[in-house]
Amino acid sequence: MSAVQRLAADETTEALFGLAREISEQELSPAAPAAEQESRFPREMFRLVGKAGLLGLPYPERFGGGGQPYETYLQVVEELASGWLAVGLGVSVHTLSCFPIATAGTERQQGWLPAMLGGDQLGAYCLSEPGSGSDAAALRTRAVADGDSYVVDGVKAWTSHGGQADFYTLFARTAGDPDAADRARGISCLHVPAGTPGVAAGPPEHKMGMRSSVTAQVRFDAARVPGDHLVGEPGRGFSIALAALDAGRLGIAACATGLAQAALEAAVSYAGQRRQFGQRIGDFEGIQFLLADMATAVEAARSLYLGAARRKDAGLRYGQQAAMAKLFASDAAMRVCTDAVQVLGGYGYVQDFPVERYMREAKVLQIVEGTNQIQRLVIGRGLAAR
Amino acid sequence: MNIVVLMKQVPDTWSERTLRAADNTLDRDAADAVMNELDEYAIEEGLRLTEAHGGEVTIVSMGPEKATESIRKALSMGADKAVHVSDEALHGSDALVTSAVLAKVLERAGFDLVILGSESTDARTGVLAAMLAERLGVPQLTFASKVDIDGSAIAIHRLADYGYDTVEGTLPAVVSVVEKINEPRYPSFKGIMAAKKKPVETLTVADLGIDPAQVGLAASATEVVEWAKRPPRAAGVVVTDDGDGGTKAAEFLASRKFI
Repeated sequence: MSAVQRLAADETTEALFGLAREISEQELSPAAPAAEQESRFPREMFRLVGKAGLLGLPYPERFGGGGQPYETYLQVVEELASGWLAVGLGVSVHTLSCFPIATAGTERQQGWLPAMLGGDQLGAYCLSEPGSGSDAAALRTRAVADGDSYVVDGVKAWTSHGGQADFYTLFARTAGDPDAADRARGISCLHVPAGTPGVAAGPPEHKMGMRSSVTAQVRFDAARVPGDHLVGEPGRGFSIALAALDAGRLGIAACATGLAQAALEAAVSYAGQRRQFGQRIGDFEGIQFLLADMATAVEAARSLYLGAARRKDAGLRYGQQAAMAKLFASDAAMRVCTDAVQVLGGYGYVQDFPVERYMREAKVLQIVEGTNQIQRLVIGRGLAAR
Repeated sequence: MNIVVLMKQVPDTWSERTLRAADNTLDRDAADAVMNELDEYAIEEGLRLTEAHGGEVTIVSMGPEKATESIRKALSMGADKAVHVSDEALHGSDALVTSAVLAKVLERAGFDLVILGSESTDARTGVLAAMLAERLGVPQLTFASKVDIDGSAIAIHRLADYGYDTVEGTLPAVVSVVEKINEPRYPSFKGIMAAKKKPVETLTVADLGIDPAQVGLAASATEVVEWAKRPPRAAGVVVTDDGDGGTKAAEFLASRKFI
């Protein structure tokens, strides 16, 4: 039985959590160690998760989604991430990449959503570039109007699912100057099918962790994208990008909570079995205090992202709370995973146990979808603007 | 084709299972309740057969109210409807009594094919398919690792130590399945939503025209007289390799009849 007892609003939600947990425990968790070791992208797991209907949960049923509140969707992501972070994070990235069309797309574009959310397709989100990360608005990829289409040139960096995705949600400059103070103006959002000529992914990055998940540069070389693939108003794409990131940060917070939960459970299980000085190490107060702080951090992280999710579901502003949840949950995951290695001692430092992997994986959550320094900036500016 | 799949809710094999001291029956509160694993294969086979030949799958389950959770899961996998026999009087029923009750349900519902797991992970008697076939007067085809249906003819691969036997019969029939038969599907979120609207008929023994005095612990022909907890696992054997490690390992395996 999972250590996490979730509060479900009804039987359907409870069954959904049960399904996510079953897939996480029976499919993801057993397959993760080997695939991470071999840097093998688990496309078959995304098909399985898609077939189960978990790739479009927070979007309306009329778009082929599950019509679920973020409070429910995020707990499903947490369950998946506790079995295999790369899959939980992949679901979050896919959800992020569908966000612009679902919230700002034309009726025709929203007609593409059932296929995007149906479980067979996987999306990627192209915002960062080699020279623009935290300063995302300084992006230089250009989309030039030419007849009834756009011609795109540029390089995107750190793209999750780069080379594996079926479509790219691209942010490119249709106007404006990347070095000007008002550089956020002139950025537009484009929906780019992966098969578009001129779109090519570079070799996967060699990462510290999450090696099964491909992260690559995506190059656009005179790639011609139909004009009706422009999502939202031309030049107003940056606000779409930021809105998507607010929602995406909740996904990262849920992933971080799932990862931390997995590390906590590994540590508790080990402490209950390992004997030293004639007793279980879990009976030593020194270990209990470590575990107590870990468990408290996991609960706090979960509460924080659920609080932010409820605000979003209620239609309230939640950007500040999303930044807090992402910041706190990923810092908590880093600390909990590091402490899990400490509880296991030498066994924690070797690959026979999963906690060293968890520790490597946790680090990326402090960096992606806005570094934790950027999260503090978002929170701080919000306070200053009151 | 009208397929009935029998499904039982059992205590999770991964949790600590025990009997109740008071009447030597299963302590259902001591462990998480889950669908009997082999029944997932039975449901999957039922779904595949109706996908290929048309018809519908009805789930029949006998058990306490809590079994509703497992019934919902079966419906969310894709079964069409369910019958739940739930009655306090059934508590402690053995395999003979259970087969009598289920036979009544099956006669009442009608069927072309009854599919069940070859055994449950709690009682593990593995006799229900035979008892049901006898009571219903239809052929039994047991331990199936493959099922083929052609009109009213049915043929199975019956799993054996040496491979399999081909067993043929005519419908209506009772088939028990082993886990080699297929790979059960997961429910889907759409299936979970759809399951809410699927009919579940709840029956008491009186609804089936059975006298409550004829079922339950007192009416059962078999009795659990005594039971003991499994002894704690003994320390393993350490074989030190002094150049003859391979021989020692082989001797150990031979002593356990593994080789």
